[in-house]
Amino acid sequence: MFFFVGSESFFFLALIISYIYFSHTGGVLSESSHYLDVKRTGIFTIALLSSSITIFLADVSLKRMNRKAHRIWLAATIILGLIFILGQTTEYLKLYKLNFTISKNVFGSAFFTLTGFHGLHVLIGLLVLLIVLIMINNGKFKTIEHTAFSSAAIYWHFVDAVWIVVFSVVYLGALI
Amino acid sequence: MKLNIHIPEPTKLIPDIRTGEGLLQWLSTVDHKLIGIMYLCTALLFFVLGFGEALMMRIQLMRPLNNFLSPEAYNQLFTTHGTNMIFLVLTPMLLGFATYSLPLMIGANEMAFPRLNAFSYWIFLLGGLILYASFFAGGMPNVGWFSYAPLSERFFSSTKGVDYWVISLLLMGIGSVGAALNFVVTTLTMRTKGILMNQLPLFVWMVFVNSFLILAAFPVLNAALFMIFIDRQFDAHFFVSATGGSPVMWQHLFWGFGHPEVYILALPAFGMVSEVIPVFSRKPIFGYEFIAASSVAIMLLSFGVWAHHMFAVGLGTTFNAFFAASSMLIAVPTGIKIFNWIATMWGGSVQLKTAMLFALALVVNFTIGGLSGVGFSLVPVDWRLTDTYFVVAHIHYVLIGGSLTGGFAAAYYWFPKITGRMLSEKIGKWHFWLYFIGFNCTFFVFHFLGLLGMPRRVYTYPDLPYLGTLNLFSTISACVFGISFILFFWNIFYSLRHGRIAGNNPWNAWTLEWLTSSPPQQKNFEKVPLVRSRRPLWDMLHPEDPDWKRENKNKIKKTGYE
Repeated sequence: MFFFVGSESFFFLALIISYIYFSHTGGVLSESSHYLDVKRTGIFTIALLSSSITIFLADVSLKRMNRKAHRIWLAATIILGLIFILGQTTEYLKLYKLNFTISKNVFGSAFFTLTGFHGLHVLIGLLVLLIVLIMINNGKFKTIEHTAFSSAAIYWHFVDAVWIVVFSVVYLGALI
Repeated sequence: MKLNIHIPEPTKLIPDIRTGEGLLQWLSTVDHKLIGIMYLCTALLFFVLGFGEALMMRIQLMRPLNNFLSPEAYNQLFTTHGTNMIFLVLTPMLLGFATYSLPLMIGANEMAFPRLNAFSYWIFLLGGLILYASFFAGGMPNVGWFSYAPLSERFFSSTKGVDYWVISLLLMGIGSVGAALNFVVTTLTMRTKGILMNQLPLFVWMVFVNSFLILAAFPVLNAALFMIFIDRQFDAHFFVSATGGSPVMWQHLFWGFGHPEVYILALPAFGMVSEVIPVFSRKPIFGYEFIAASSVAIMLLSFGVWAHHMFAVGLGTTFNAFFAASSMLIAVPTGIKIFNWIATMWGGSVQLKTAMLFALALVVNFTIGGLSGVGFSLVPVDWRLTDTYFVVAHIHYVLIGGSLTGGFAAAYYWFPKITGRMLSEKIGKWHFWLYFIGFNCTFFVFHFLGLLGMPRRVYTYPDLPYLGTLNLFSTISACVFGISFILFFWNIFYSLRHGRIAGNNPWNAWTLEWLTSSPPQQKNFEKVPLVRSRRPLWDMLHPEDPDWKRENKNKIKKTGYE
């Protein structure tokens, strides 16, 4: 899983470099950055980042063989992830209403591609966590589920870590 | 309709594809040996297509101002030929040999993730078929195998060809990443008892290092492909210069993948040769540590040389100077390998079997390709020769002279293990000499054509002195080259029926894949002895003089301790 995540990080590296490059050409950043609502996204960012903590707690309770706590923390992670996705969806809708779209200018292209691919990864992560939760609900604690959970957890931490970079570059970077 | 069909375990080692049950067994297999064979057969199939495309281009270029092909058809042919040969022939050939041999060479019974292995193959095949599906959707891609923007944008390429190209490469990229992941984890976790990382066969080492290259390079390509796809489908502006995008960014991203890709295709071939040369020189490899370490050096350096494909863009002197220097630097670890192979042969009793001949051809031809490559790293030389046939000569010397030749060495070396029968040496020798002569005569003249200024990717050329003669010579040689492949196919066909039965270890080789039967049982090994050196089979056959005792003695001599 670590190697897969490592490989994925190169994918995001390419997207982030392109974003930085494109957002600093021809003054598109200054004319577009007011579309971004840093505070609002900041709140949803906190939701996503705390989901990293809840999945860590789920991991701890799995190691202590506390099935109930494990399930609760896992469910909490999924809910926090859903909140983040909800935030991103409403943000996209708002931007589309303001006529700020992927084809508006090169900043729009870079912004939607980068955050969109991250959102897609969050969605996939949620799906995986949901499958793990169902597996755990149905069966007993078997080694294969341990592996499934810890792999999913690595992936989830990765998705969060990427968002820290994306948030810093896109939203905090726009403030400067 | 019944959704669950019970497919019995194959009773034959290689299921018969002509029976329904055998076909289902092929389709549903997760056995690394069968998947490896499927990769290799797919590579052969696409090779026929790619070679056909090349031959049509050679016929068009046979005479100046020829009308055999229209310019549009020519554009589609060279694009598809390039994409086909790189992604659908060389990649599956190398992945196929690695999928087949890597678990055997480390004494494992399977890959770490058998189902991921099957997934990688099938998604790769889907990608390949999608590339050719564009033919039925209004034309193949026609913008070169690197699809430079803005030519590849919708404004200039309104047909669906580029879209098919993008999707096809994306799918193959996902497949390659999956395969690479599998190789890394297999090498790390599935090694048999006793085998240390510095005792791995060199082919395994190269595939291992190579997998990290794939893991890092392909995602960059995928990101770029997604961007151009979003450009074309959703009117984004990444590479459209008219609306603030940057075509140069495409070049950076593409070559950020593209140059590592060259080494992705070369390193496994180096690994194959590093297996073949010691076996047929009857000597252990010279400088194992140097060959392994230089691969790591190549892996790291290959990420710092991409812009030497872009000297003509005008990125600035400092920029060019940096990449010129790094490109010269990467020739060093490659040169180290060449010298190690020569030193391995030095003083050995060299047996000129067909596999060894191909390995020698790699050493010769790859060196020529490497030298013209170092020439390109000098910026003024590159400016003079960029986009001429000199570049075409270089890429073919590296990819055919390097990767494909290594693949043939591996084919002659491992065919007995894969099928249980030997390839005919007599046809093999004919194959080799026609291949060697045909290849060099076809492509060496490209150097001269390039120096004379003949531009690449143009469907015809004016009737200037030498151009017609040299091109005619090249086309005739290409036919000789083609005959050598017909001989190879005939050799496979003939040897599958009438070839000599190979036995477990026909070459007296020393690595673990020769321990088991040929072809191996479904479960590769019943029992693997404890591995204590780089040549486990040598230790087994020579219990009085095993490698590990000698290594111990050297150690005692050096350090004074046991």
